[in-house]
Amino acid sequence: MVDFAMQHAWLVPLLPALAFVVIVFLTKPWQKLSALVAVAGIVGAFVFAALAAYGVFTHPEFTEGSLVYGVRWLSMPGLHINVGIMLDPTSAMMIFMVSLVSSLIFIYATGYMKGDPGFSVFFSYVSLFAASMLLLVLSSNLLEMFVGWELVGLCSYLLIGFYTHKISAREAAKKAFVTCRIADFGLLLGMLSLQIVFGTLDLPELAQKIAHFHQYTSAGVLTLIAVLVFLGPIGKSGQFPLHVWLPDAMEGPTPVSALIHAATMVVAGVYLVGRMLFLFSEIPSAMELVAITGAFTALFAATIAITQREIKRILAYSTVSQLGYMMLALGVGSLSASMFHMWTHAFFKALMFMGAGSVLTALHHKADVWEMGGLVKKMPITAWTFVVGGLAIAGIPPFAGFWSKDEILATALNSHHYVLFAMGAFTAFLTAFYMWRLIFLAFFGEENPANHPVESPWNMTVPLIILAALATVGGWVGTPWDNVWSQWIFFGEVEHAAPNYGVMIGSVILALAGIYLAYQLYYVDREKVKAKALAERYHGIYTLLFNKYYIDEIYLWFNHAIVDGSAKLFYLFDIYVVDGIIVNGLGAFTRLSGEGLRITETGRLQNYALVFFLGVLIIAVALAFSSPSAAGLLLGGVK
Amino acid sequence: MNVDLSLLNPEIAISILGLAVLVLGLIIPKESRHGLGWLTALGLLGVLGLTISGWNNQGTLYHGMFIVDQYAIFFKITFLTAAFLVTLGSMRFVDDMGDQSEYYSMMLFATLGMMVLASAGDFITLYLGLELMTIAFIVLVCFKRLDGKSVEAGMKYVLLAGMSSAVLLYGLSLIYGVTGSVTISEVGRAVAVTPVPALILGLVMLVAGLGFKISAVPFHMWAPDIYEGAPTPVTSYLAVGSKAASFAILLRVFVAALPGIWANWTMLVAVLSAITIIVGNLVAIPQTNIKRLLAYSSIAQAGYILVGLVTASEQGIKGVMFYAFLYVFATIGAFTVATYFYNVTGSDEIKDYAGLSQRSPLMAVVMLICMLSMAGIPPLAGFVGKFYLFKTIVDNYLWLAFIGLIMSMVSVYYYLRVALVMYRDEPLDNSPINLSTPVAVTLIIAMVATLFIGIYPGPLSQVINMAAHSFFMH
Repeated sequence: MVDFAMQHAWLVPLLPALAFVVIVFLTKPWQKLSALVAVAGIVGAFVFAALAAYGVFTHPEFTEGSLVYGVRWLSMPGLHINVGIMLDPTSAMMIFMVSLVSSLIFIYATGYMKGDPGFSVFFSYVSLFAASMLLLVLSSNLLEMFVGWELVGLCSYLLIGFYTHKISAREAAKKAFVTCRIADFGLLLGMLSLQIVFGTLDLPELAQKIAHFHQYTSAGVLTLIAVLVFLGPIGKSGQFPLHVWLPDAMEGPTPVSALIHAATMVVAGVYLVGRMLFLFSEIPSAMELVAITGAFTALFAATIAITQREIKRILAYSTVSQLGYMMLALGVGSLSASMFHMWTHAFFKALMFMGAGSVLTALHHKADVWEMGGLVKKMPITAWTFVVGGLAIAGIPPFAGFWSKDEILATALNSHHYVLFAMGAFTAFLTAFYMWRLIFLAFFGEENPANHPVESPWNMTVPLIILAALATVGGWVGTPWDNVWSQWIFFGEVEHAAPNYGVMIGSVILALAGIYLAYQLYYVDREKVKAKALAERYHGIYTLLFNKYYIDEIYLWFNHAIVDGSAKLFYLFDIYVVDGIIVNGLGAFTRLSGEGLRITETGRLQNYALVFFLGVLIIAVALAFSSPSAAGLLLGGVK
Repeated sequence: MNVDLSLLNPEIAISILGLAVLVLGLIIPKESRHGLGWLTALGLLGVLGLTISGWNNQGTLYHGMFIVDQYAIFFKITFLTAAFLVTLGSMRFVDDMGDQSEYYSMMLFATLGMMVLASAGDFITLYLGLELMTIAFIVLVCFKRLDGKSVEAGMKYVLLAGMSSAVLLYGLSLIYGVTGSVTISEVGRAVAVTPVPALILGLVMLVAGLGFKISAVPFHMWAPDIYEGAPTPVTSYLAVGSKAASFAILLRVFVAALPGIWANWTMLVAVLSAITIIVGNLVAIPQTNIKRLLAYSSIAQAGYILVGLVTASEQGIKGVMFYAFLYVFATIGAFTVATYFYNVTGSDEIKDYAGLSQRSPLMAVVMLICMLSMAGIPPLAGFVGKFYLFKTIVDNYLWLAFIGLIMSMVSVYYYLRVALVMYRDEPLDNSPINLSTPVAVTLIIAMVATLFIGIYPGPLSQVINMAAHSFFMH
């Protein structure tokens, strides 16, 4: 069974994809059946993924090489594209994590989406979403990966804009799609360059060839390629400066936010960089770029999160920040730490988003945390599981986030990136502060009499409890003393920093400090006088942060002034020159010539026969003129 | 010399099937004759299986008169698949028309003619197969005896087909006169030694005679009238089967018998292909009748397939075979929709297709996919087919590739016009169209095959590589 799952890992993305097809074409009119099909598809995928992962993690030889199989999809001289499966510890971990978290989110969604008119459509989209992500993860070829990558983008567009009646949802969907498209263009150029320079897009082959890239190209070209490829992840994983779409993406239904933030979308960028680490690691400057982008994004997004008021928006900025950590880890050369943080983050972030969804359902989509308060009394399961998530993300041992964040900070320090380490450590403090600000404001303190919350049904709370358990124990596979994780998932040599007690104790102190500060400002001080006074005193900074550094406004200005301006110019050119003269002229010419030729079709037999014989005659004459050997024909010389 | 008659199994089987259907039609009562459609369909499936099982059984019979190579077998598979799909998709139409046994047996004899044509090793067999096919088609074209259009189409087809046969025969006799042989392989050897002017004249007549069958411009004039007048299933089989068979023999004669004077005909074929593509696509634009639209589109398709003959290489042959095969599904899919639509509404006018997407989503989507495939939009089969065809000529005939490209763009216009009517316009009559099971199966096969070949052409491409290779083995 395990062998079967490993040899047929393509079933993992196929099952949810089939669920998508079945729902769209067959079961759409029956909502419950559609949900059942979707859940069956993803749970089936999870079973296969778990078996395949079990197979991988019981065979130590997988740390040496991966299981690759596939078929030739397209073949012509000079271009061969294979599609296939690449199963190694990294991808095995990913399919396990993605299908597990997706399964829980799907089950949760059966409760959350209840009564929505687009219930079946929703489940078809999320099935495709999960299938695309699983395809991306398992791909053995960059082009194949790109297919998954773009499908993920498409699904996010469909799902963020799922509430099509809301203008904000439509705008957010467009924003996400366009932002990612800009980034994807860079990735596409990078892929084309790789194909041109190395003649292949197969990941194992590329890895071999890039290790000896001097035979193919110069370091300069490879740097350019690395930067182009990195553009894709900047967009998809919401790194600065293309992070703008991610906070708006919460316009979709909450299970979608959970999917996007935890399992299927944003981690794709990190994963791609991880998969392509053989490219980046050849170019030290590219690695620095990745590391600096990551650290900066982590800090930058955390500062914004401090001032936000909407619950999902705070979580969204926290995702941006955590993704920054993952990039930072990759940039300082540790695939292990990055993937480890991705793993733990998936659990606690899915947990928190679904907790937020539970709160929003109970409060009829009132999203401002300042208007909540005291929810713990009426919604104990949601509240306490959220607290577990808060402890995990803040980095309090023994919860999952502590181990992975500690690994990243230790690696940054060991690789002598002191500034980046400091940024990371400070971000840890901010993370604890803004997350516990949310928790104290929303779940503790006095109840808001305007709210009448009730606990969510079982199909929403059970996934929360399971994820809370995972957010607690999920990190134990990678403790510094017995780091099983880094023996399996690593790049190059087994990377493992010796336990660094200084970093550990320091990061715990920072996290506790953050929580304590939040406690003082938002719990002890019932009237929030100090918090308001702080906001008043640092009014300028507060406004800057609250408005997210005005990045959106800057982009808007750029769009209005430059893009729209030049577009107007092109528009005029287009309607008068291109459309007026070229397109319409050509169209009219084509239509008219069609009409003209049509007249020859008279319906008369004699005419047809005449054309036939004329054809014979003209061809014979033409041939006679064109070739000397046939010229005898005209002279009557039939031999 | 040993005569391995097992090579003839498919031909023998389909002859028996055709005779059985004819005789059974006389015996069984009128009301149970609709079962003949099923008998024909299942019989064709059986013959198809028999043909496929003989894939590795290659050889020649009667001193090279009859060649069974994988090339011929592949074309036979193509014809039988087409015949099966047409039968499956048109049973109700035939039942409405009556005289099932004559109809189905003619259909089977036409198929037999095509199979003989694909295996023809000399000019006599060639002519035999060609005439068997043509005469059967003449009967089929005017099968609706009481419909003026059908009878007119039949008359036109008799006269014009007779004329083209005469020209073809004249060409063949000229070649025989020069080379002293009717066997294709011997002609090939003789031509290489003595190229003379009379051969060129023979060549031109061959081009005209076979160009008529594939409806290459300027020998295409008959096609729109006859496609429009004939019963729709016959039209679809004429467009697919007759054309594929004629391409099979065209390649055999030109690449195997006349390579010695290749320099004389390569440019000729390129020019014919170009004007066929241009005229077919341009005249399709103003059409308002779906059958005429498809007729012109099929003229254009023939132009694309001709591209594969230009280089006369193994790659070109592969392109022709690939395109002929996928063309079966796209054309039959589109024509089956047209047939069924006519059954329900009695109309072939494009404007009556308004709102088809609401009345029958499957019919609309199959029509759309088939048309987009013919236009060559990825990831559908037509794209891969055009890709293989044009790949062979980009080196030496770039201008032809450009014409193909531009005219593919033009074709998107008239294909999408149909799509627009089906999807955008509101239906005049809201009643849903219920598909009968065989029609639905036919449509789904056509759609799935078109998608599958487009997305994963690998397996088919390998089979065709073998078949194209076998072409040069003897």
